[in-house]
Amino acid sequence: MIYWDYAAAAPPHDEVARTVEQLMRLHYANPSSLHRAGAEAAALIERARQVSAAALGVLPGEIRFTSGATESNNLAIKGAALQYTGRGRHIITTEIEHPSVYESCLQLQAMGWEATFIRPDAYGMVNPSEVAAAVRRDTVLVSVMHVNNEVGSVQPLSEIGRVVKSANPRTLFHVDGVQGFGKLPGGPRDFGADLYSLSPHKIRGPRGTGLLYVKEGVQLFPLLSGGAHEGGIRAGTENLPAIVAGAKALRMAAERRGEFVSRILPLRNRLLAFLRGIPEFTVNSGEEGAPHIVHFSYPGMKGEVMARQLEQLGMLVSTRSACSSRLAEPSRVLLAMGRGESTALGGIRISFGDEHTASDVGALEQALLGAIKALKIVEGGMR
Amino acid sequence: MKPTEPALLAGISTEYADMLLLRFGEFTLKGKNRTRFEKTMLRHVREIVKPYPKARLLKEYGRIYVELNGEPAEDLLEGLVKLFGISSVSPVKAVRPVLEDIVEASLEFIGRINPEPGTTFKVNARRVWKDFPYGSQEMNRLVSAPLLKAFQALSVDVRTPELELRVEVREQQAYIFCENIPAVGGFPLGTNGKAMLLLSGGIDSPVAAWSSMRRGLEVECVHFFSYPYTSREARQKVVDLARVLSRYAGTIRLHLVPFTEVQTSFAGIGQDNLMITLMRRAMLRIATALAEREGALALITGDSLGQVASQTLPSMNVIGRATELPLLRPLVMMDKSEIVALAQQIGTYDLSILPFEDCCTLFVPKSPTTKPNLNIVERVEATLPGYADRLAEAAAAAITVEITPHGDERPADEADLIPAVKEDWF
Repeated sequence: MIYWDYAAAAPPHDEVARTVEQLMRLHYANPSSLHRAGAEAAALIERARQVSAAALGVLPGEIRFTSGATESNNLAIKGAALQYTGRGRHIITTEIEHPSVYESCLQLQAMGWEATFIRPDAYGMVNPSEVAAAVRRDTVLVSVMHVNNEVGSVQPLSEIGRVVKSANPRTLFHVDGVQGFGKLPGGPRDFGADLYSLSPHKIRGPRGTGLLYVKEGVQLFPLLSGGAHEGGIRAGTENLPAIVAGAKALRMAAERRGEFVSRILPLRNRLLAFLRGIPEFTVNSGEEGAPHIVHFSYPGMKGEVMARQLEQLGMLVSTRSACSSRLAEPSRVLLAMGRGESTALGGIRISFGDEHTASDVGALEQALLGAIKALKIVEGGMR
Repeated sequence: MKPTEPALLAGISTEYADMLLLRFGEFTLKGKNRTRFEKTMLRHVREIVKPYPKARLLKEYGRIYVELNGEPAEDLLEGLVKLFGISSVSPVKAVRPVLEDIVEASLEFIGRINPEPGTTFKVNARRVWKDFPYGSQEMNRLVSAPLLKAFQALSVDVRTPELELRVEVREQQAYIFCENIPAVGGFPLGTNGKAMLLLSGGIDSPVAAWSSMRRGLEVECVHFFSYPYTSREARQKVVDLARVLSRYAGTIRLHLVPFTEVQTSFAGIGQDNLMITLMRRAMLRIATALAEREGALALITGDSLGQVASQTLPSMNVIGRATELPLLRPLVMMDKSEIVALAQQIGTYDLSILPFEDCCTLFVPKSPTTKPNLNIVERVEATLPGYADRLAEAAAAAITVEITPHGDERPADEADLIPAVKEDWF
């Protein structure tokens, strides 16, 4: 079996798993406890905050630990909306956001907010001037992802950050950085972001922990109340082993980014070229996209069927983002990019990790050919 | 004068600028000391510009020019407007000293500012290079005519224009600028000596520190903690506050004084309502000892008249007599709302409102006196056995930390927690 679903969850580094285990055994004390064991646990959390901040190029006081990027995105959007209702009740995002952003905006809409969803072009790219044109006096927040989790398109965030602030300096800018960190250059400061979400388990860290960068001076209304943890915006006993190991994963991903990209990019380009050569497929990713995501459709063939066929041939792939792949509906992202329904139903996402080799890609290519052949026989038999 | 809000920082013409013109604050009035002030100013500007290797500094009488040479004006501006002693900054376009180029750049400048219809305006030209063929008056006309033609929105008002385009013609280059971005003003840090500030962890004292630094004082901080009655977090909060202050100073020396012994010696003497008065006087005495040791010539507090029992005039009178050093109270006549607004702009407010018990909120009597009697207070102090020694011991036991904006300096007595942090976990 070869695992091609790093964008959904990446296998943790051995060092990460070791850190989690040791910390679970040694530092079980509650970081809020007054005694020495509690103080040690608190010191570990603060060190993790520093290491994470350094990896992102921000101040330690600007890092908040959450339970994952889904929580970070929910907190960024609803927390900002509830905090700054006085500034207005309008929010802007895109048609291609992760469900945790997209549905948070829908929730606000249901609560009487106005939400503007910006449509991307055929390559899954959002046009900064369209975002700028949507910003109004009462726009509280703009949320745009760094890398689309389904097709890998990269958004021009520095430009978007700049035009949003020049249209309305009080509008906050949130970036869902989950699929971009460790793969592409740029952090929250480069994007002019006020809020930035990350998830260590996408970069070979542990699950159950996430980060939210909150620019100094920005306030959020807590969604979880019940304690003064995390600067008062996120109550709950800290998940210490995961927070520390997550900081490690962040540091490693930042340090190894250059090496990762130079190794994976040729493999990605080879796969793109191969997929383009197959007449049955429509390729939805491009060379300008993120280095680790390749997405294609087999129009007329449900993605799920293709994925099962590939699994039989030893390849584990996704149909789209893992959070949506159990839905039998066409992909919202592909529809927004202007693809037809049959293309939007037939998507397959391949995502690379740093352990993949050229021979893995060769095996995947063979499996894809095999899958088409097998499916054609069935299709023909059914007709 | 308030710290400039980041949102207002970016001048409209910033992107177009080749240079930033820095004007000095009021210290330019100070006759003989002027050179010393200006030298310090230049050194502080150089610190800000250091991370931008291509930028060059040009010192002139009463101003400094920062030649950008491609470095980002906006980033530099952000640091420069916060620098004590700078009163305003103007983005400047530099062109060849020929009329056509000057006019062209002026058009571009006004175009970027995009004036609203009805904006009054004037050109203020100055011929520094006397060989330039047109005089200052003539230049005013020659530059404003094409501008008025191109921008219907403008109308001339030479007395109180809303928009003033300045042109300075020099032999090497002509400078064109328009916007005046207000900066923080005051004196260059440290040019007015050193003082010792009592830093509590509340909202006021960090603002007092910032205000003092803006007047050119180098500030060292002293904080009193009462383990085990006060928490680690309360003290960490003060370290964090000092770290925010260090952004304005580069480094802040913080003296952490163990106050438990002194504080508990006031308990059980049957003078509950004088507790705060006695504590505050003890703090001033210890701070005075530290000030003398560190060569500071004054004490600073965040007192604001009438705010709490210890800040009534009778209290200030009795408490203030505990020191012979000048006692500076920068906030004494300010309203709370003004102090809060400043704290928010300085960046200390969010830390200050974290709810930890400090030694001033601990053992607070039910009804602290607002009118302490000096005679009684002095008599009570005289009856405390070994009182002077206890104060001296507290001062001697102070833990000193030098705090920098992005450092991880910790008080020495916290080092024993660090072994818990194994670096290979990170």
